[in-house]
Amino acid sequence: MNYTFIALVENKPGVLNRVASLFRRRNFNIESLAVGRTENPEVSRMTVVVGCPNGDYDAHKIEANLYKLVNVIDVQDVTRQPSVTRDLALIKVKVGPEKRAEVNGLAEIFRAHIVDVAVDSVIVEITGTEDKIEGMIKLLRPLGIVEMVRTGQVAMTRGVNDGVRRVQGVPGNRYDDEYELAVMVP
Amino acid sequence: MKKTGAEILWECVVREGVEVVFGYPGGANMPIYDAMLSYPIHHVLVRHEQGGAHMADGYARASGKVGMAMGTSGPGATNLVTGIATAMMDSVPVVFVTGQVAAHLIGGDAFQEVDVTGITLPITKHNYLVTRADELAEVVREAFYIARSGRPGPVLIDICKNAQVEQVEFVYPEEVKLPGYQPVAHAPKDSLELAVKLIEKAQRPIILCGHGVLMSGAEEVLMNFAVKTQTPVAETLLGLGAFPASHALSLGMMGMHGEVHTNMAIQNSDLILAFGMRFDDRVTGTLKTYAPHAKKIHIEIDPSEVHKNVAVDVPLVGDLKTVLTDLVPLVDEYDHDLWLKEISGWKSEANARSIMNWPDDGKLHVPHLIADIWKATGGDAIMATDVGQHQMWTAQYYQLEKPNRWLTSGGAGTMGFGLPAAIGAWFADKDQEVWAVAGDGGFQMTAAELTTAVQEGANVKVAIMNNSFLGMVRQWQEFFFEKRYSAVNMLSPDFVKLAEAHGVPARRVTKREEVDEAIKWARNIKGPTVIEFRVEQEEAVYPMVPAGAALDQMLQRPAKA
Repeated sequence: MNYTFIALVENKPGVLNRVASLFRRRNFNIESLAVGRTENPEVSRMTVVVGCPNGDYDAHKIEANLYKLVNVIDVQDVTRQPSVTRDLALIKVKVGPEKRAEVNGLAEIFRAHIVDVAVDSVIVEITGTEDKIEGMIKLLRPLGIVEMVRTGQVAMTRGVNDGVRRVQGVPGNRYDDEYELAVMVP
Repeated sequence: MKKTGAEILWECVVREGVEVVFGYPGGANMPIYDAMLSYPIHHVLVRHEQGGAHMADGYARASGKVGMAMGTSGPGATNLVTGIATAMMDSVPVVFVTGQVAAHLIGGDAFQEVDVTGITLPITKHNYLVTRADELAEVVREAFYIARSGRPGPVLIDICKNAQVEQVEFVYPEEVKLPGYQPVAHAPKDSLELAVKLIEKAQRPIILCGHGVLMSGAEEVLMNFAVKTQTPVAETLLGLGAFPASHALSLGMMGMHGEVHTNMAIQNSDLILAFGMRFDDRVTGTLKTYAPHAKKIHIEIDPSEVHKNVAVDVPLVGDLKTVLTDLVPLVDEYDHDLWLKEISGWKSEANARSIMNWPDDGKLHVPHLIADIWKATGGDAIMATDVGQHQMWTAQYYQLEKPNRWLTSGGAGTMGFGLPAAIGAWFADKDQEVWAVAGDGGFQMTAAELTTAVQEGANVKVAIMNNSFLGMVRQWQEFFFEKRYSAVNMLSPDFVKLAEAHGVPARRVTKREEVDEAIKWARNIKGPTVIEFRVEQEEAVYPMVPAGAALDQMLQRPAKA
């Protein structure tokens, strides 16, 4: 199963490499990774979607190892928390004038936009959850996708909800016994 | 006041209490070496950077301070790599400083340019690439703080040549600002209460004492806890010395080559108290059958070690000494006489098989030699070892009463560690007796450091256990590969002549009756000595838990015919 983590890290050179290297070293597979600045210029925010074949055991391992990186400030697992997740895709579809209307129609249904029109192609920009984007891709594929790029998922918990923080021994963590004791080694 | 980057480095290093640095100069760190002359630093010129890394490591393990080693860019830095990984696996605080090509040349494959921070990323606790002199003060301050605090470990600072020569205003940073790095000391109170409940219920408890006990200086409070609760104490390879071997509650070493009764006790326990240890595969055997009846309490500073190999019932993340100090007043006094009696039953069975209880056959067996060195030194010497059979025998038969006398590469298992680590340890306390025990294989990996010992007058006693084999690999081939010996026959140089060529007095011992005299001879010489013991060739280390077997499925020494 894929888990989604939000990590706040110091905005310093090389931090992305440290995080990516950690996942490789501990034998985890990153599904997507999105990084950007936050409201605080000294802090960057990463949304990492990672395959966790051993469920919560892996999630604990990932969180705890992320904290071992000196530049990592906070880690939360938002996989099961009420949250907004978004991915952005640019999809170039090979269509001439005769089929532009069809693409336009699909885009409208998905609340996507046509952001570029050329003689024999258009670029569709779509924002949404994984599922929504996958749905759009499925419908565009028969028309001929020439090129596609995706940003990877970004996530934010809704309202006052917070992600799960399993790791004991991190100052400020509202550490919860329930999660800690539920962890089972496979 | 304006200072060059190199001067700022030394200003900060001296403030961290560093007195001795092990290193090797080269093109990219010459300004650092030039500035060093103006500071109260003793520099030890090593013969290979790996030796320097192990010396800094041995110094740190023996002194409890942060060690420091240096190398130049490119090959100087890559030669440090084995030593850095060794320190990382055993959580030893060492700061490594390497020179790097000028910042504007980085990425251009300049002469002696290697991506050192890239290479060392997975084998350091943290590392830095410094491209400007004004970054240096903060970086050096942070590096030492990170190396020694929390779970200690190596930190590397790669300093570009331009940053070494640039002049900037020097302000010593009084505080370290690391928002993402704040090791905790105390464990949560409710977790402590859960632990107390488990301790109350336990009938067959056992303490597993690891390197963390030594790193955190928790020996005394460990003793208080063990005596108050009458809980026997088993040690990991790196935990040796944390609990006096002669104490009634001491069970000695656990794991692959641990004591039979110790492993039996772990497997039959109903509560494991894991103190600063990480359930390494060498101490657990197969996890499927590990301590099946035991509840587990894990006191550990590194949250990523909790539940990593073994799921525990109560994790207590924090500094071991602090957490144990919090825990001792909460527990009652207990006695576990029945349990202790059961353990001694296993012990007396195992003793019958011990080579120590066999009549002397006049041959040179390493266990006897280690026991002889132990007797001669009163069990009080610093023992540095290489890796392999002699290492396990030293762990088994050099019974340590006091902490920080046991220098061995546990996690990484680095051959060639012994001699340089011993030299480093000598710098930690020059009045302390230091021995390096090595095999014929490992000794040849870093033998060049003999000259370093001579140049520094390091009073280090080397004992080479020469069986003309790579003994541990040979043992595995004997046990698990039908005695098909592959690449384990080792031709060695004449070690006595080799040592003498380095200016080191040396002797060869081939008979049992020469042993005591040789040890006495070595101890009476001030300065390095070498004794080569021509030991039994095909001796095996017992007991042994084969890789992947259950902890109580030990191969024991065949009974004597």
